Order: sequence, then structure tokens, then C-alpha cells
Amino acid sequence: MASTSSHTAASYGVTHDDHHHHEPGFFQKYIFSTDHKVIGIQYGLSSLAFLFFGFLLMMAMRWQLAYPGKAIPVFGALFEKVLGTDMAQGGVMQADLYNSFGAMHGTIMVFLAIVPLAFGAFGNYVTPLQIGAPDMAFPRLNMASFHLYFLGGVVMLGSFFIPGGAAKSGWTSYSPLATLADPVNVIDGQTLWLVGMVLLITSSLLGAVNFITTIIQLRARGMTWMRLPFFVWAQFVTAFLLLLAFPPLEAAGLMQLADNVLGTSFFLPTGLVTSAGQVPVSGGGSPLLWQHLFWFLAHPEVYVLILPAMGVVSEIIANNTRKPLWGYKSMVYAAMSIGFLSFIVWAHHMYLTGMGTKVATFFQTTTMMISIPSVIILTALFISLWGGSIRFNTPMLFAVSFLPMFGIGGLTGLPLGFNASDIYLHDSYYVIGHFHYVVAPGTIFGLFAGIYYWFPKMTGRYMSETLGKIHFWGSLLGMNLVFTPMFIQGMKGMSRRMSDGGATYFGADDIALTLNKSITHAAVLLAVFQLPFIYNFFASIRNGRKAESDNPWGATTLDWATPTPPPHGNFLTEPVVYHGPYEYSAPGAKQGFVAQDRKS
Amino acid sequence: MEIPYTYKPRPDTGLYNAKVGIWLFLASEIMLFGALFSSYILLRVTSPAGEWPMVEKAWPHGLLNIPIGTFNTAVLITSSVTVVLAWAALKMNQFGKFRIYMVITLLCAFGFLGIKSFEYNEKFTHYELRLKNGQVHTGHIEVNGKHAGFWDFGSIYNLERLGKEQVKEISFTADPAKPKPGEKHAEGASHEHKKMTVKVEEISKLDAFILRNHTFFAIYFVVTALHGLHVLGGALVLGYFAFPGAKFWKKNPEQFTNRIEVAGLFWHFVDLVWIFLFPVVYLL
Ligand code: HEM
Ligand SMILES: [Cu+2]
Repeated sequence: MASTSSHTAASYGVTHDDHHHHEPGFFQKYIFSTDHKVIGIQYGLSSLAFLFFGFLLMMAMRWQLAYPGKAIPVFGALFEKVLGTDMAQGGVMQADLYNSFGAMHGTIMVFLAIVPLAFGAFGNYVTPLQIGAPDMAFPRLNMASFHLYFLGGVVMLGSFFIPGGAAKSGWTSYSPLATLADPVNVIDGQTLWLVGMVLLITSSLLGAVNFITTIIQLRARGMTWMRLPFFVWAQFVTAFLLLLAFPPLEAAGLMQLADNVLGTSFFLPTGLVTSAGQVPVSGGGSPLLWQHLFWFLAHPEVYVLILPAMGVVSEIIANNTRKPLWGYKSMVYAAMSIGFLSFIVWAHHMYLTGMGTKVATFFQTTTMMISIPSVIILTALFISLWGGSIRFNTPMLFAVSFLPMFGIGGLTGLPLGFNASDIYLHDSYYVIGHFHYVVAPGTIFGLFAGIYYWFPKMTGRYMSETLGKIHFWGSLLGMNLVFTPMFIQGMKGMSRRMSDGGATYFGADDIALTLNKSITHAAVLLAVFQLPFIYNFFASIRNGRKAESDNPWGATTLDWATPTPPPHGNFLTEPVVYHGPYEYSAPGAKQGFVAQDRKS
Repeated sequence: MEIPYTYKPRPDTGLYNAKVGIWLFLASEIMLFGALFSSYILLRVTSPAGEWPMVEKAWPHGLLNIPIGTFNTAVLITSSVTVVLAWAALKMNQFGKFRIYMVITLLCAFGFLGIKSFEYNEKFTHYELRLKNGQVHTGHIEVNGKHAGFWDFGSIYNLERLGKEQVKEISFTADPAKPKPGEKHAEGASHEHKKMTVKVEEISKLDAFILRNHTFFAIYFVVTALHGLHVLGGALVLGYFAFPGAKFWKKNPEQFTNRIEVAGLFWHFVDLVWIFLFPVVYLL
């Protein structure tokens, strides 16, 4: 098949459902679809909605941090009405509400927004296309993954409305707090949180099995391992992390569920006393056990958050520098090392639990080791920019700025990885600054880049460049104004868990408190600059500029060798691969690049 | 384009899709049960001394029914063998034999679950009784002259509940004293079960052998129940293939045989988990 064809689907003279003689109904087509592209879009839209919702929770918290004790404008009255006076008396955010918004912000952002967008949406839509497969290996399982995810989301959201409100013990749900936070209700927010998590975990496990099988089994003829685009490699390693790291959290979740509902003491020690007196449980459990099981998942999870974004960014950088990626193979090996090492660093989140110097030294060492492959990938991407005649379109702007933003996030991780400095920085705003730099201007920028980049494949139209650039520059400014001051607050000793932003904290100083205000203002700025994106996204589906061809960016990978949008089954004829993934600027190539499926 | 390698093996990997899928799934299952086993070890090692006065050590021992556990181990191993024979029968194109072996497998599966539920019931009705004078007994109780029925959660009592229902006294039948190893059973002595009446005000702790009683029971029930759910799930799948799903044999024998192979791999895994579980939880 001609790889560089400049036709859209209609000009092939085929309808999108050419295998099926009957038109599937609405439900079959959009709700119970087994097509990986529809499922990808389902994941994409739901996770963007959750991203937006998680952002709103945080905005309410930011108000409380900047103006503690003042009624929240507009939303305050709504919270009081919907969630009750205990939560928002007179529109003022109470500590319980702050805690539950905090826990749910983290949970929603990690498990319902970023991972489903990075893995569920991009992974589903793009991976089969890039390896030249007609679909995922197990389409019905794929559908089940999405439905479980959706159900998990519904349970999480529903927990806001039950007596006592949603979970309040942080996204990390440390025991015994998580079990004792709501002594009144047995079916409390935490219980629903655990049920929701079990659903989400099951969804991720099925997804991971499906992705790995697909990548191993359904690669097109000629698509050898070292011809896989880096995006696919990133998804492959991510899937392994999910597959092997999530089950221990599922086990821990079941045990915490038993603690909450059946009165067991898996994570409750003997002689536990609260302000209400001795806790009537058998005791004999271990709070540290929860932390170990949680972080055994949650450290690999942070690489689940970052690797897919690295994959997206690599595709876009190669495409827009019109050069092969520098050091493709070392990037692949680096991604594998990250995958392996991320299973043996988890206790760097637990330096303060008194694990002893020998154990701390071990985890400190592995933590320093894992930064090496991260730096390799980052360096390879930086060098890839060197000497390219770069096209600065919106996807590329987001992709390029990913590099320094992730860089800041990674570098600020090093003082956290060293036991000595972490003892001071732990649980301060410095940690918040660190991981938000990696995830927000890092991963989210990578995912924005991906949305702008694959939009023409999904819809046949571009998103507006002008609005895209406004979105980009505004977000870049907003993100940095929000997160840089947090490093200062953290180094001044401000704890991450105070519902009044430290106003009542004896040691708080003026600078840290003033920064609370400036961060909140910057967050409003950031919010405003998301509006052009939201408008652009929906308006461009119908009214965006038409893509000139099936391969408007002049890309080499197979995802662009399909009709637009790709029909059920994706490829019109079975693709065969003859080339590596990034043969841009190849000498003698006609359009300056050699598509992977071009003969000769 | 159709999805390739749904039942024909891919030449370079030598595997069909579902076989890759099941191995990956089993890898995640190993992590799941691995985490629970690790938790068992950690809870046991860090268990505070003096928690369980019936034994010298901190961790209860000897409360599980070893003969029944051994028998159940044999049941599961048998089923693991028959599921292979069922698959082999299909390979040799003997559908009748396949069905017989599947039925035996299913009988084993449900036999296992039935035996397990008797074992569970034994625990739900068995009590630890501590008196304020320091005495500790295990045995069975009657409240208001009533025994607990089979899986009768409604009649599980603890001290709190006795107080709430204003029960003044219960009758208690202590377990027969176990002969120490090497010691002969004294003729006629302590063989009959002695029923005694206990005043509630003299009790310092009363609870059945259920999850909330001790982390030992908590982890025992969680691990074995999760394993039991796997047995049930596996049995349902095997049952489906043995009966309603067997129609597929006519349509595509090769793919049907593969399905049995995949279900069989899962079944072996379930068996294997028990083979670890039994010695760790019952014997050690
Ligand atoms: C590459 C070098 C990195 C190093 C050395 C590093 C190190 C650390 C350390 C030691 C902590 C614990 C701090 C504490 O609680 O005291 C931490 C927290 C965190 N890191 Fe990183 N990190 C790195 C990269 C990343 C990446 C790539 C991500 C994810 C996208 C990430 C996400 C997080 C998150 C979410 C937390 C906070 C979890 C919490 O306590 O709620 N980090 N990091
Ligand atoms: Cu970590």
C-alpha cells in the first residue's frame, strides 16, 4: 500500500464500517463498542472530565489556603447546600471538607485522570495503529476495562454524597487514620474509596494484560522490536508496571476494607488509643505494612504517570525536528531499566518511619540509580533537538517545554531521595512542588501535546493554532507561577497537610503566607488559560481547518498510514514494515522522510 | 482486517493470544497472593507476645483442622490432574472422555468448596472465652438455650453484644483437653464434653474464631476466601466449557482445545496457591 497517500477515507471509496453490513445502533457504537479507537475516545473524554473536576476541587482548596475562613465565592453556597453545613458552614470550607477534597483531588488526578488519559486513551487509540494491528488482542476485555474504570469513577464521585462525605485520609490512605477517620459510619467515604480502587485496579490489570499481549502478538509483519516507535515501548513498560505493581495494592485494599467493615486489625496496632479512648479492636496489626504495600504500587505508579508522556513527546519531537531520535536504542534500554528499578525504590517515601540506616541507605542508593535512566531519556531528547530545523507548532511547543519542566521535577527529586535532606523536606510543600512539576507541567503538557498532535487523525481536522499558542504560553506561565513558590514554602518548613495554609501555625512566616495568596492567584490565571483549550477542543471537531491528507504532519509511523479517521479494522490492507520508526531527513528520500511501510 | 493469532500460534513467539494473556494474568495473580503471603509473614513475625494465651507463642497454632486440610489438598491435586486429562482427551479427539474428566474436575472443585464451608462453619461456632480470673477456654456456647446454625452469622456473639442484649449468663461447652504429644489418653478422663454455666459479668473476652478476633483469623479468612473465590470462578468457567460452551467444539475444535488449555492453566494456578497456602497457614 502506498504509505504517503494523500487521501482521506472518503476518497478510498469505503465507508467506515465496511465489514459490517448493518449499521450498529447508538449503544453498540458508542457505549458497548469493542473498537479500540472508540474505547480510547471514551477514556479520553471521561478522563478529561475528571481532570477538570479534580482541578475544581483544588481551586476550592486554594481559596481556603489563601483566604482561610472566608466564604468561597459562588461555590461556597453550593457546597453548603449539597454537602451539608458540617462541611461548608456559611460557605466556608471546614477542615473535614478540605481533607476530603485533598484526598479526592489526589485520587482523581492520579487514578481517574492522568493514568486513564495517558494509558487508557492514548495507549488504546495509538498503540494498535502504530504497530499495524487491526485492534487490541482482546477487544471485549478492553470494553470491560473501560466499564470497570467508569464504574470506579462513579463510586468515587458518589462517595461525596454519603453521610460523612468522601474519604479524608489523603490519596495515600494511611492506616490507622483511614480506618478511624470516620468513627460513626461503617459504610463511609473510605469504604467507598476502597471499593472504587478495587474496581479501578481490576480495570488497569485487564488493560495491562491486553496491552502487553497486543504488543507481543499483533505487531505487523516486519515490525521488529527495535522498529517499534518509542511511544509503544513506553506503553509496553507502563503496562508491565501496572500489571505487577497494582496487585499488592489490591491486596492491601482488601485488607483495609476488612479493617473498616469487618473489624479486623490488619493495620491497627495493639493498644491503639484515640481521643475517644481505647479503640475496641484486637490489635496486633502493623500500620507500616500498609505503607509498604501502598508504596510498592505507588512508586511504580509515578512512572506510569510519566512514561507515556515521554512516549508522546518523543514522537512529536522526532516529527517536528525532522530528524531521527538521537539514541533511540539507549532510550529503549533506559525505559526498561526504569521499569525494573522502580520496583525497588518504594521506601524512599518512608524514610521517616524509622527504618534504620542500613535499609535507608539501600533505598537511597536505588533511588539515585533510577535517576540515571531518566536522565538518559531526557538527554537523548535534548540532543535530538540539536541542529534540527524545528517546526514550532502547538504540539511541538508543549512537547519541548515538557523537557525543562520534567527536568525541574526530576532534579528536585534528588534532595528528597537523599535520606538526610528528606528528613527535613518530607511532608512539606517542597514535596508537593516536586511531584507537581513532574506531573503537571510535565506529564500534562506531554498529554496536551498528544491531543493537538493526534487530533487531525481522530477527526480529520486541526485544532486552532492561534488558540493553541495562547493556551500554551498561558499554561506555561501559570504552571510555573503556581509551583515554583511551593519549593520556597517547603524549604521554610510549611507542612503540606494544613487546612488553613499555615495561618494558625506557630512557625509560619510572612513570606510563606503571602505566597499562599500569590499561588492562588496564579491558579486562577492558569484556569483562565484553559478556556481557550476547552473551546478549541470542541469547536475544532466540526469547524477546525481540514487536514490536507491522512498524514498531515509528514510522519513516518504507521498510525498515519491509515484512512482518517481510521475505519473499524484500521488498515485497508495488511501493513508490512520495512523501516525503523524515525527515518526523517533520510538522504535521497522524496519528501524528506521514509515511512515505516514504504517498500525499498 | 481481522485480529490474527486468536488460536493459531504466531510463528515467532510460538503462542496464540490467549496463552500470552493468561500467563500475564497469572503473573499479576502471583503478585496478588505474594502480597498476601508477605503480609502473613510480617503479621506473624511482628505479632506481640501474649496475644494468644492458649499457646506459648504469640501466634495461634493448631486451631485449623489439618486432616480436613490435607484431604482438600488431595482433592485439588486430583482435579489438576483430571483437567489435564480432559485437555489431552480433546487433543486425541475423544470428546466423550473430555466430558467425563471435566465432570470429575467439577466434582472436585465443588467438593473442595463444600468441605471448606464446613471448615468455615466450624470456626464461626467455635469460641475463645477468657474469664476475669485469668482462665482461658475454647469451646462452644449456647445463648438463651440456642445453638448457632450453619453459617448463622446472626448468632455470633461477643461481650459487647451480650451486654447490649442484656444476657446474664451463657452455657459453655469446653473442648476436650488435647493430650500432649507422647502422653496416653487417660481412660475415661475428660472425654465427655463438660457443659458449664458462665456468668457474663465474669467474662473478660468472648468471641468466635472469626476475622475480628485475631489477625491470625483475619489473614486466614482473607487468604482462603480469596482463594475460594478463585476456585469458584475457575469452576464456573470450566463448567461453562464442559456444558453450554462445549458446542464450540463442533465449530472450531482447535480453538476449543485452546480454551480448555487456558482455563486449565488458571486451574493449575489455583491449585498451586493452595499448595503454598496449606503448609504455611495450617502446618507451620
Ligand atoms: C527521577 C528522579 C526522582 C526522584 C529522585 C524522586 C524522589 C522522590 C522522593 C524521595 C519522594 C518522597 C518525598 C517525601 O515524601 O519525603 C518523592 C515523592 C513523589 N514523587 Fe518523586 N522522584 C523522582 C521522579 C518522579 C517522577 C517521574 C514522578 C511522577 C510523575 C514523581 C512523583 C512523585 C510523587 C507523586 C510523590 C509524592 C507522593 C506523596 O507523598 O504523596 N517523582 N519523589
Ligand atoms: Cu517514589
